[in-house]
Formats: sequence, C-alpha cells, structure tokens
Amino acid sequence: MGIYLPIAEISVNVFVLLAMGAAVGFLSGMFGVGGGFLITPLLIFYNIPPAIAVATGANQVIASSFSGALSHMKRGTLDFKLGGVLLAGGIVGSTGGIYVFAFLRRLGQLDLFISLLYVVLLGTVGGLMLVESINALRVTRSGAAPVLKKSGQHNWIHRLPLKMRFRASKLFVSVIPVLGLGAAIGFLSSIMGVGGGFIMVPALIYLLKVPTNVVIGTSLFQIIFTSAYTTLVHATTNQTVDVMLAFLLMAGGVAGAQYGAKAGQRLRGEQLRALLALLVLAVAIRLAIDLFVTPPNLYSLSGVGLS
Amino acid sequence: MAGLRTLAAAALLSLLAAASAAKAQTPLTENIQIGLSTDNVSITAGFSGADLTIFGSLENADPLVARQGRYDVIVVLEGPARPVVVRRKDRVLGVWVNLESETFENVPVSYSVATTRPLQDVTDPNSYKQLSLGASNLYLQPADAEDSPATIEEFTAALRERKAATGLYSENVGGVQFLSQNLFRATVRLAPNVPVGTHKARAFLFKSGLFIKESSAQLEIRKSGFEQSIFRVAHDYSFLYGVFAVSLAMLTGWLGRLVFRKD
Repeated sequence: MGIYLPIAEISVNVFVLLAMGAAVGFLSGMFGVGGGFLITPLLIFYNIPPAIAVATGANQVIASSFSGALSHMKRGTLDFKLGGVLLAGGIVGSTGGIYVFAFLRRLGQLDLFISLLYVVLLGTVGGLMLVESINALRVTRSGAAPVLKKSGQHNWIHRLPLKMRFRASKLFVSVIPVLGLGAAIGFLSSIMGVGGGFIMVPALIYLLKVPTNVVIGTSLFQIIFTSAYTTLVHATTNQTVDVMLAFLLMAGGVAGAQYGAKAGQRLRGEQLRALLALLVLAVAIRLAIDLFVTPPNLYSLSGVGLS
Repeated sequence: MAGLRTLAAAALLSLLAAASAAKAQTPLTENIQIGLSTDNVSITAGFSGADLTIFGSLENADPLVARQGRYDVIVVLEGPARPVVVRRKDRVLGVWVNLESETFENVPVSYSVATTRPLQDVTDPNSYKQLSLGASNLYLQPADAEDSPATIEEFTAALRERKAATGLYSENVGGVQFLSQNLFRATVRLAPNVPVGTHKARAFLFKSGLFIKESSAQLEIRKSGFEQSIFRVAHDYSFLYGVFAVSLAMLTGWLGRLVFRKD
C-alpha cells in the first residue's frame, strides 16, 4: 500500500515503513538505545532525502525513548538528576548542531558529513564495545567470577572540580564531564538524527562508571528531551520533519520496543553489549562501503539552499 | 487511487466551420489552439504518476498538407522554473566527495514533451535551439557565465540526464495524434514526483518542417487533502507543527506501552 509523504514529497510503501519501525523498535527496546542510528541510515537507503531522514529520525526517537523510559521509571532504574544535568548540556550542543547542519546543507556537503560521522562514530564505539564485551565473555567462560565494577574506582574524570552527588547512580562526580557528554550527544542528535544512546550508554558505563542498570533508563530519559528539542528546531528552521513518515515509524517502533525490552531481560549484560557492538559495526561497515564504492551517479541535483 | 486522470479539452469544433468557409477566399495562415477542461489538477496521497491528455485544433489547415501528414505538432508541459545546483562527485583519498558544482537559473522542474513524430524528423536542430524546444535543446542559463564553456556543457548535460532519469523530463514520441484533419490529442506524462505549482502547456505547429505558430495554456498542479494541509502547516506554522510532532511522538510512545506492554 503506497502513501504519499507530504514533506519528503515521495510515495512510499506503508508496510515497509511499519516493518522498519518495528525491527528498529525491537532492537532499541533490547539495547536501550533510541534506534536513531539505525532508522536514519535505513531511511536514506530507502531514498528519503538525508535532511528529512535526519529530522524525522529525531522525531521517531522521541516515541521509542519515551516508551522505554516509562518502563525504566516504573522499575526505578532512572536517575532524574543525572539525566537533568546531561540534558542541560544537550540543549547547548543541539543548538550548535542545528547551525552546523544548515551550513553544511548550503555547502552541499551535508550527506558526506552525515555518512562520515556515522562511519567514524559507529566504527569506534562498536569496535571498543566489541573488544570489551568479548573480554568480559571470555572471563566469565573461564570460570572466574566476573569483576564487579567498584564505584570507588577513579580515573582523571573523577579529579575534576564542581562535584555533584547523584544518589540513584551511586555517583559523586564533577558536572563538567556530564555537561560535556550531554553537549556532544545533543550536537550529534541534531546532525545525525540520533538520540545518541549508542554513545551515551558506553560513555556512562566506562567513563563515568554509572551502574549499568541505571544507564539505560537515564540515557533514554535524556534522549527524549534532546530529540524533542532537535525535532522542534529542525521543524522551525529547516521544515524537514515529516510527521506522516515519523508516525509510521513510531507505530511500528513502540510495538517492537516493548517486545525488545522483554527479550533484553533474558540476556546477560556482556552478551547484550557484544550483540549491540556487532550491530553498530555492521551499520558502520555498510555506510563505509557506500563512501568508497563508485556511486551510480556522479552528478546530483539540488535546489539552491536545499539538500 | 488517483490513477490515470484524463483532462478533456473543448474541441473548438465551431471554429472548424469558420475555417472551411474562409478557405474559399485567400489561404489564411494556420493557427493552433489548445484547451484544458480544467485549470487545476490535485495530487492525492496515492499519486503514482498520470497521463494528461490535452486536446487541440488546427485552424485554417490546408487539407492537402494535412492528408500528406506534413503538419506536425509538439506539445510541451513545462513545470515551474527554479534555480538548481548540479554537483559532481570526485574521489578524494578514495572517498567520493561533492567537489565541483554549477548553478543554473530558472530550470523547469519538469518538462514533458509529446510529439507526432520523432523530434529529429519534425524540424532541424537549429529551429529547436531557436525555440528552446525539447529537453535536449532547452536553454539552461548558468548563474556564473564566466565558467569555461566545456564545464557548463558538461553540467548542462548532467542536469538533463538526471532530470530524464527521475522521469521529470520525458519525451512521448507519437503522443500527439490527429483525430481528424483539424483535431489532435496530446498525451504527456506527469511523473509521480511532479512538482506542484503553475505548469505551462504549450503547443507548437510545424508545417513541412517550418515553425508556424505556438499556443499556450496554464495548469495548476497542487497537493490536495490531508497531505496538502500538513505541508502548509509545516511551512506556515512551523513551530506549532514541531510541537505537534513532538506531542504525537510522546502520545504514540505512551499508547504503545499501554497496548503492547510486556512487563
């Protein structure tokens, strides 16, 4: 069944979009990521113009993170204070990202920049996570008791000033890295159409040493607001949010997310991380191939000031 | 389903009688007329392209010339003109990057042609150039005329090729048929991605390869219904639209959890 997307201005198949939303929703529920890093490339592969894919991806992420955050709130695995500080940074980063987005769009380099960012970030994060989780899996298999993360462990981040106590996360840490992390995620959210969970989750675990069970809920909480802000700004400055497209993705996504969350509870932490790492790497490789393979059309058309 | 939309035009039959009466005296120059039964077409959600039929008539047609098939008609449906940037990708360190670009002023977003015979059989290339007629002869003005002619030519060709590949520039040989000596019917393609706005239908009459007369009519193509409302709101009330998009997402997330909750 075809449907005409009012903003993207093309006809697409409803069921393809619903299925795409459901598949990504399942994964996002399972791993506690918004799924934007999967949705945006998928939409681009499906011929949706990148500028619209990014803005609509951000819109879709709100629904799946909201749905996921509700589950975590009920379970009490959400640190509102930590989320709030991350969010403050996120708003600043997101605003900066919108300007960079509009600038690159005028230059005609937006698509390339989006792809490069995806390849570099997904490749790095995916690679690091894979190595870490395989090591963890090996340790468990060899019979040794898994090394528990001690909240007392310190690195350079913990020597920074302006410390703040986050009770739910059992943390006492400087607000500088938290704000910085929030800002970086906000920037990526507006340029890549992602919530940033795939960076937030490992950063909170490895850099800030937040307990894994609190990480996902808190990350989702922050992502709701960052992507809501991004959606609003894209809607007002670029008019690139397609609600029809977003709604179809969401409808599939929220259904998939609840099943995914259930499936995720049956897997162990390091198994979950290894799977997420593989997924992230697969998307990175797919995008990297596109950068190097000779494109079928060397020439592209665009309106002046549009992508 | 929008399906095939046929727009019939008034056949102007009354003029035919006048034409034959006048012919007895001095041979008048031929004239061409086209008409559209409607001046607007609405694109709905399911629009997947359509054929647009335009009817027209010749006035003062010479029966002998007509019998020998030496009258040719070319009908063009031209979309609104907009500036376009053509970019070329080149390899930089193995990665394909948009490097060179050329901006063209006033490029018709769409350009569908229907003809009685293949373009090269109707008249010579020079006449097409003068008339700026046909997708490959259409004059495309570069914004920066100081670029080298070779570059401009390369990007012009690329622009035409991309437009043809997306179906926006099309040619329908045999799309114009004479129903009688004086009456013809032209079928032009509307691509699924046909742009909204004011389109111009133009008909060119050729007699034995010579351009005689041109006639034109206007057609408004617009989005209709729900999609059009969304598009308008997104542009006119973009902030409210953004708020709506965010609320819709939250509502969907919440409802989705109620309906599908698994914990």
